[in-house]
Amino acid sequence: MTNQESELTFEQAMEQLEELVEKLEAGDVPLEKAIQYYQDGMKLSKLCNEKLGRVEEQMQQVLNEHGEFVPYEVQEDE
Amino acid sequence: MNGRYLTVSALTKYIKRKLSHDPHLKEVWLRGEISNFKLHSRGHMYLSIKDEKSRIQAVMFAGNNRKLKFAPENGMNVLIRGEINVYEPMGNYQLYIQDMQPDGIGALYLAFEQLKEKLQREGLFDDSSKKELPSYPEHIGVITSQTGAAVRDILTTIKRRYPIVKVSIIPVLVQGNSAAASVDKAIRYANEQLDCDVLIVGRGGGSIEDLWSFNEELVARAIHSSLIPIISAVGHETDTTISDFVADVRAATPTGAAEVAVPSLKELSEQLKLTTQRLTRAVTVKRAEANERLTRLRKSYAFKYPEQLMKQKEQDLDRVLEQLSKSIHDLQKQKNDWLTHINKRLNQQHTASDVQVSRKQLSKLTKQLTGNFNMQFRIKKDQFHTVLDKLTLVNPLDIMKRGYAIPYTQGGNVLKSVNQTKTGGLLTVKVQDGQLYCTVNEIEEDES
Repeated sequence: MTNQESELTFEQAMEQLEELVEKLEAGDVPLEKAIQYYQDGMKLSKLCNEKLGRVEEQMQQVLNEHGEFVPYEVQEDE
Repeated sequence: MNGRYLTVSALTKYIKRKLSHDPHLKEVWLRGEISNFKLHSRGHMYLSIKDEKSRIQAVMFAGNNRKLKFAPENGMNVLIRGEINVYEPMGNYQLYIQDMQPDGIGALYLAFEQLKEKLQREGLFDDSSKKELPSYPEHIGVITSQTGAAVRDILTTIKRRYPIVKVSIIPVLVQGNSAAASVDKAIRYANEQLDCDVLIVGRGGGSIEDLWSFNEELVARAIHSSLIPIISAVGHETDTTISDFVADVRAATPTGAAEVAVPSLKELSEQLKLTTQRLTRAVTVKRAEANERLTRLRKSYAFKYPEQLMKQKEQDLDRVLEQLSKSIHDLQKQKNDWLTHINKRLNQQHTASDVQVSRKQLSKLTKQLTGNFNMQFRIKKDQFHTVLDKLTLVNPLDIMKRGYAIPYTQGGNVLKSVNQTKTGGLLTVKVQDGQLYCTVNEIEEDES
């Protein structure tokens, strides 16, 4: 479950979370299912939060003349 | 002769029809100078277009002139696209202007318009061929000049809004002769080599010549055939290029492109928070509902039923026990009665014979026994009294009452003869109420 979850994209996780919320809000879910949905939902919520918080993974790169990507710093000169 | 004369309106109609059927007059590209410009209160523009030798009446209706990016005025040289037709009430032909540009970029403008029409006809601008942008991109490819303001605007905006996305810059020439080829190559490279989920293609503002590569067919086709959705960001708000029409999403500026490309992390966090709250609320509501339902059910008759049933059964049991007890009692009584009855009958049958006879006999015998015993007892008792009387008669003590005494020797024997003692001998004389210890003073023997 954990492996599978970590492979989810943020979009997928968000979509699944939305789906769970909608299912729950629809109201015709058996209680056990509802609790399962809630637990799954909270896991997804946590996952989304982690993904949103993973700022340090951000990467800027630029393709150089040798066809390789190298780290990119914003250049101020025009 | 009269049949040869036409009415004015018939002639005018005829001319109008002639002009309408001429394909060259359907779409006219015209260069000239504005004169007699008049803006009608309802928004329509009336003007003449002239050159050194001729002039033509023209009108540009409000629906068309609203899109103009400049204010026409007398003496201004313009490039016009329009249609020639006849205004019947005045019987004059005039130019109905559809689009108008300031002159000076004439050839480029025509090329732009012609390419735009061609690509539009081919369906390159159709909404149906537009791809949807990912809501949460993971990898953005930026195809622009490495050193322009555009790349800086894009990167700072992305960093501010959504710093968790990966950004790859594919540097291209954005102006000059090889710019279009460079952009085309970069778009194809991104599609073949990179796992980008969205591309931003563009450059900052400039003259129409500066932006021209984004009006070229090569770039337009590259954008159209890209499998990765493309946001175009060419020039500034007022600049529109062919690329903008073909792109899946058009942004007014590079900053705008970055804003379209990525969500705001802050808003996203907020949204996630709200969704999570909804999740919790939904499950809480669910639980409360279930709880309420349970409570309701517990209170319901159906749920109470077993309890009441039990109470009823308890009562039933009591009643049955009572009945049982009564039955046993009745049965016992019945059996008893029956036994008594049987006994009675039994007795009736046997009294006459053995028992009664035996009992009578026993009674008789007992009476006899008792009678005999009593008689024997009285006899024995009488005998005893007789013996006792005789005994009393010989009782020495009774004799001593009459004054007799009994002397005993030292040895304790009754003194019956004088020979049993001697003078000075000691005797004990017992009388009725005690004894005397005596000494024999003198002995006198009876003469015989």
